Amino acid sequence: MLALFYILAALSVVSALIVVSARNPINSVIALVVCFLSIAGHYILLNAQFLAMVHVIVYTGAIMVLFLFVIMLLNLNTATEPMKSLGMRVAAVTGGGLLFITLAAAIRHGVTISATNDFDPGVGLVKTVGHVLFTEFLLPFEVSSVLFLSAIVGVVMLAKKETPSPHPLSDGEGLTPAELERRR
Amino acid sequence: MIITTAILLLVLFVITLTVAAYSTYGERKVAAFLQDRIGPNRAGPFGILQPLADGAKMFMKEDFIPAAANKRLFILGPAIAMTTALLTGVVIPWGGELTLFGETFKLQGTDPEIGILYVFAIVSIGVYGIMLGGWASNNKYALLGAVRAASQMVSYELGLGLSIVALVMLTGTLSMGGIVDYQIEHGWNVIRQPLGFIIFLVCAFAETNRAPFDMPECETELVGGYHTEFSSMKLGFFLFAEYTNMFISSAVIATLYFGGYHVPGLDRLGLDPNIATLIGTASMFAKTFFFIFFFMWVRWSTPRFRFDQLMNLGWKGLIPLGIVNMLITGTVYYLSEMWKG
Repeated sequence: MLALFYILAALSVVSALIVVSARNPINSVIALVVCFLSIAGHYILLNAQFLAMVHVIVYTGAIMVLFLFVIMLLNLNTATEPMKSLGMRVAAVTGGGLLFITLAAAIRHGVTISATNDFDPGVGLVKTVGHVLFTEFLLPFEVSSVLFLSAIVGVVMLAKKETPSPHPLSDGEGLTPAELERRR
Repeated sequence: MIITTAILLLVLFVITLTVAAYSTYGERKVAAFLQDRIGPNRAGPFGILQPLADGAKMFMKEDFIPAAANKRLFILGPAIAMTTALLTGVVIPWGGELTLFGETFKLQGTDPEIGILYVFAIVSIGVYGIMLGGWASNNKYALLGAVRAASQMVSYELGLGLSIVALVMLTGTLSMGGIVDYQIEHGWNVIRQPLGFIIFLVCAFAETNRAPFDMPECETELVGGYHTEFSSMKLGFFLFAEYTNMFISSAVIATLYFGGYHVPGLDRLGLDPNIATLIGTASMFAKTFFFIFFFMWVRWSTPRFRFDQLMNLGWKGLIPLGIVNMLITGTVYYLSEMWKG
């Protein structure tokens, strides 16, 4: 069990590092997918099966597919990526290094983390999660669903803004007014 | 315990691959039948060795990788497609309990509490195989096919999910074994969820990229779609993954809506439990094969949709219908609970 944890932990850390260091955006996306999958593995180790599966469905299966979609259609390459100037890079490394030293110093003398509750193996099961969502956390749950609804309505509003063309195949999209005029 | 599970999984693996291989033969025979032809009949009697010949051909062909392709992703694409296709069979209950050498075990790889969600999760990862393969080919037709596949599968997952929500409201469990148990007690779900079944069936066609929703590999528009640049066994993996997906989705349909391994009235005959289990497993496979045949039947008798029609059907047809189905299920459930007091 512990070996499994270390393998998964190493996988998540390494893939997360690849996400930020990879030059090719596609490789970043794939590394992020691997990272999400390994985090789902951590959830399963904690017996939170429901959370693990929903995590995979929502993040890996939906959000990352849309990421990949955008990157594929934009066809981003390392060549088109603007390089920062030397001064900028030195400043970034110095700033980041200082922040790291500060954080390390703060954590070294910080409080030790200890569990206040005993681990309950049933905490991640569907029944428990559902029950808690509809009793203890009913208000936040409903509020967040209203938030999602407003986001959906907002997206439809934005998408509907342009005047709809009579038929998707009867073109007119992507042409300049002069070209359209010539066609007529 | 681990050994029996390992053997079961190995058997399942072999069966899945065999069924997928023979589905290619079945598809050609069904096509021939529907078009009044003979179909493959050269390799072996009735051409039953045809899948082996096809497999050998696939392995012998030159494995070509285009110069401008992203080599690693080009290999990763078919690998993901094939792996995810094979992963889902584990949670499907293929039969009841079998007692061998004084030991009882279930004919199911594993029965996690969140069985259906597991199937969904794997299906949603399966998109990556097609997307990465299509993009890595560096070919405009492959890219278009990949983009079509991704948008189609993401869209139809919603309809699929909504039809499942109504089903889960009814059965009160997400485990595949639990859903079959519910049907053994209360009758098949297709009777109580006819609308949900139709939504699920249509979405299953779109998720497996089968005709009339096979836009990602629409040869009249996109040459070969996302697998245009693939050759040899890489192409074989993509095709094989499609047939495996078809087999698994047929099995899922049979499990969720047609009672799985349940045969009505079998328990009244007083048969030996082992024989009853085997008959149940046989019925499960019969149901699955019927749906595989149904997939083929539809493919060879229905014209292809246009892509905007497909999106309209998914977003404006099936999703609202799914929500209505959910509301009806909830209302009926509530009223029947009130009726009982």
